[in-house]
Amino acid sequence: MTGLKDTLALSIKRHRSQLCWLGAFIIFLFILPLFSGDYILYMVMRMAILCLLSYSVNLLLGNTGLLSFGQAGFYACGAYACGKVLLAGTSLLPGIIIGVAVAAIVAIILAFFCVRHTAIYFAMITLAFGMMIFSLAEKWVKFTGGDDGLIGIPRASLNFFYIFNIKMNTIPAYYYFVIVATLIAIYFIYRILHSPLGLIFQGIRDSETRVSFVGISVRKSRLICFTIAGIYAGLGGALFAPLEQTITPSTSHWITSTDPIIATLLGGMYSFSGPIVGSVVYFLLKDIIVRLTMNWMLILGTIIIILVLAFRGGVMGAFHAYISPRLK
Amino acid sequence: MSNFIFQALNGLSSAMFLWLVAAGLTVAFGVCGILNVAHGSLYMMGAYFAFTSFQILGLNFWLSLVFALIGAGIIGFLMERFFLRRIYDQPIEFQLILTFAFILVFDNLTKMIWGTMLIIPTMPSLFQGTIPIVGRPFPIYNLFIIFAGIAVALIIWVILNKTWWGMKLRAAASQREMANAIGINIPMLFTAAFVFAALLAAIGGALSTPIRVCDSGVGGAVIIQAFVVTVIGGLGSLKGAFVGALIIGVIGALCTLYVPFIELFVLYLIMAVVLIIRPQGLFGGER
Repeated sequence: MTGLKDTLALSIKRHRSQLCWLGAFIIFLFILPLFSGDYILYMVMRMAILCLLSYSVNLLLGNTGLLSFGQAGFYACGAYACGKVLLAGTSLLPGIIIGVAVAAIVAIILAFFCVRHTAIYFAMITLAFGMMIFSLAEKWVKFTGGDDGLIGIPRASLNFFYIFNIKMNTIPAYYYFVIVATLIAIYFIYRILHSPLGLIFQGIRDSETRVSFVGISVRKSRLICFTIAGIYAGLGGALFAPLEQTITPSTSHWITSTDPIIATLLGGMYSFSGPIVGSVVYFLLKDIIVRLTMNWMLILGTIIIILVLAFRGGVMGAFHAYISPRLK
Repeated sequence: MSNFIFQALNGLSSAMFLWLVAAGLTVAFGVCGILNVAHGSLYMMGAYFAFTSFQILGLNFWLSLVFALIGAGIIGFLMERFFLRRIYDQPIEFQLILTFAFILVFDNLTKMIWGTMLIIPTMPSLFQGTIPIVGRPFPIYNLFIIFAGIAVALIIWVILNKTWWGMKLRAAASQREMANAIGINIPMLFTAAFVFAALLAAIGGALSTPIRVCDSGVGGAVIIQAFVVTVIGGLGSLKGAFVGALIIGVIGALCTLYVPFIELFVLYLIMAVVLIIRPQGLFGGER
């Protein structure tokens, strides 16, 4: 027991300044509803959901070196499943859990086909599966509502066996739920990426052959990675459904899959906080640019081109390279 | 039965558009090794250029085709020279993301220049009218498309297999270093190959204007179909692109007739099944 205590003390000592920042950030998130309107809370929730989706993408891209064009498929699975369950009139938690579970099951099934491929073939097969889900969402009118999607999904209250019952119909209440869920999810992914499993993922990215020479099954590790990525996308979707209260097939379109890719690239795909920073920057940029000009896509496209050609590490990469050394 | 034949012919003409886009995608991938997500946008630019010169400048059909080719060629040249050249040796993820960014840029540029309205160009008088096939009126223009697609396929075959330039292209595609060593100017050749690919896309786009709408979202829609086609035929194989386009065009058209609800699903299912069973596609070589 003392061993654990010592390592914990050591790691707190080592990361003191980062922990301070993290603490301040979390406190800021929690006191935000006290002095801001619903619009800002809505934006932060969208950022949190995009952040989950970005972790889903970056688990594959930054950590295992696979670019998926199909994460929106799992996102939509989570959203539609959660929407269906909530429409049936349950409380919030079953909706979220079933949404995540459905995305996880779909991810496990598809993972078997996807993980055999790398590079272009991986991008193509995830694209194919994502678009299959899209066409189902669009055409299976009985279940998904077709083009109109699922409408009027209730933001059901959060109750747990009569122990507590919290109403979620106001934006601040749901805001706390989304933030807590996202923070827990980010904590878990932090633990995963800093575990031996996370090291294996990075090993696969850097050299597949060497990892398999050490006696680790690349296929199995990729399977796990793909499934976790699916779960994160599903969680994002499940949180998204009650927020928007409407889901349309476009949530599963491959264009939706590119948002988290862009966010990840913006934030930095090689640093842990990249997806968080990226999602925040993405929505801030979008909000500012859309107010100033109609040509949001032109500017976004230009930014991506500059990022890919010059700043591949994104905001966090630039921070670590240029700003962080000067602070010391 | 006549339904079947008629719809298959319709499928054949839409297959030719797929083929023209997929051919350019394949040339760029086979020679430069780049999977250009923005290739559909070059198709779209071709369509807009042709529309502009035909409808607004009032040039005739053939001249507007040339106009579209010149415009798209210049865009392809600029794209390759200033952007794509820098990332040839980078991981494929970055190529995909960079070229995706060009979709956003082109979509927005077309919105700025041509507005957000759907543009429905008119049919040139040369191709107005129909001819009866299996007792039904079949548009002359669709027939023209089928022949044009086959003609382009023949031209590509002749260029690649019978000309000195085509031989250099094939050399660069199979052994880049070796080709460089024997004095082929590889960077120059890559630029030319990419421009050639852009021209193929522009032909497709320009030919599509009389029967399809010009819309700023076309690029993204077209490229996905082209991906389906090239994956089925085998990435980097022109023969594969042609056969893949025929399969997808005809199956798509027949699905629209018999099972309209699952048309898209079937196409992506075929793509996924090919990737699972035979990732190199029907005509692709070793991965």
